[in-house]
Amino acid sequence: MNHALTAENLSIGFAGRQVLEHVTFEVQEGEIFGLLGPSGAGKTTLIKILTGRLFQEDGHARLLGKDTEELGASEYGQIGVMMDDFGLYERMSAYDNLSFYAELYHVPKSRIDDILGRMGLYDARRRAVSKLSKGMRNRLSLARALMNHAKLLFLDEPTSGLDPVTTRDMHAVLTEQKKKGTTIFLTTHNMYEAQSLCDRVALLSGGRIIECGKPADICKKYNYLNRFQITLKNGNVVTLDNNSGSAIPIKEYLEQDAIETIHSTEPTLESVFIELTGKGLHSYE
Amino acid sequence: MNNVAAIFKKQLKDTLKNKTVLIQFLMFPVLTLIMNRSVRIDGMPEHFFVKMFATMYIGMAPLTSIAAIIAEEKEKNTLRVLLMSNVKPYEYLLGIGSYIWAACMLGALVICASSDYNAREALIFMTIMAFGILASLLIGAAVGIFSKTQMMATSITVPVMMIFSFLPMLSMFNSTIAKIAKFVWSEQISRLLEQINTRQFGISSIGIVLINMLVFAALFAAAYQKRGLE
Repeated sequence: MNHALTAENLSIGFAGRQVLEHVTFEVQEGEIFGLLGPSGAGKTTLIKILTGRLFQEDGHARLLGKDTEELGASEYGQIGVMMDDFGLYERMSAYDNLSFYAELYHVPKSRIDDILGRMGLYDARRRAVSKLSKGMRNRLSLARALMNHAKLLFLDEPTSGLDPVTTRDMHAVLTEQKKKGTTIFLTTHNMYEAQSLCDRVALLSGGRIIECGKPADICKKYNYLNRFQITLKNGNVVTLDNNSGSAIPIKEYLEQDAIETIHSTEPTLESVFIELTGKGLHSYE
Repeated sequence: MNNVAAIFKKQLKDTLKNKTVLIQFLMFPVLTLIMNRSVRIDGMPEHFFVKMFATMYIGMAPLTSIAAIIAEEKEKNTLRVLLMSNVKPYEYLLGIGSYIWAACMLGALVICASSDYNAREALIFMTIMAFGILASLLIGAAVGIFSKTQMMATSITVPVMMIFSFLPMLSMFNSTIAKIAKFVWSEQISRLLEQINTRQFGISSIGIVLINMLVFAALFAAAYQKRGLE
């Protein structure tokens, strides 16, 4: 399979502080790749390097097969970008914002209404961006990133601060894009988003990739305890090993109709992150 | 050139809703129209208000508006997204610069129309204004690129704008200021405007304006090299 993005030993520092250190990973065409890390971990810096807006001090990065230090019109025409602070023209209407980008990308104006409709913004198309809610701005920013039928999308914390319904809608759009073959590179500190949406994730901490792979595989790798946690109807919580020795007590609880809930205790990406770094994904570095 | 035209159109739409920039374009042309038609003082030099407000206009409007627009785009990250959307830095600067130059030339046309210049004098007036606006744009773009935020841009543009706009007027009242002002482009623009009627333009005035423009271009290049557009 071809790689839409590759990063090899990327390193960069600012003002004596190392922001990225030997970052290596690749993103395959058509996959959703999540970069997880707390604020200040270097996620936005990495996006800047991968999109050719910043040059690394060491290492190599390639976007759609081209060195990111040599990106040109052809590559920029094939990517869509959604930044965490939207980068929308606030005095202009939603329609005018997209119309401007349609002109830059040489996309027919008919696409604007299509995409506004798809993002649920058609009725708000004449409203100034400054009058839109955060969720609507988020969707508009994603709409702009999708304007040019991008082969590769960069999404910087696309659902940060959104309500669950808007987050679900955004995920539906991203899943739809993936089905169309779009490669998506997203940064997030939302563990649930990474686990449910991404084919593969990389955990970034202190400028280093500390783990990379499929979310389920990462969780499985750190599943040392391999236990069940049973909450009984009387409020007691019982933890049992996941082996044949637990079959009898579980059978007994079932016969007594004493079980409220039963869960396996495999780790989440968040707990893996905490285990590896001693910090949570929502902490600041 | 398509991208330059798209940025030009975008800026036109945005300015119509941006009162801060819009007022810069309109204030002096409207003021000239009003003052020229309503104030008549015995012994007042010919085209007094036209020349005074035209000099102030080129010292203020292009400088402050381009600095404000670039700084706002940097602060709100619209410029970063734009540069990741197949727009080259020179296309952005050309688009914004040509828009402000055209808008200010329209303002200059209004100032010119409020005078009773004949066609030849009007053409000379507009040519002087075109160069004056260009010089002001260069220094304003340097400030915009150097500034990380709109607040920073404003704190730099206000004193710079005050110096360039009021120096020609202050030099009329103070000989020491006049000695310094003669090296500044806005003073020389003011002198060139004074010479429209006599049509005897000093080569030194044109030379000083051009040298000022070269210095501003160098400042612009230095600011761009230091800060870039992001």
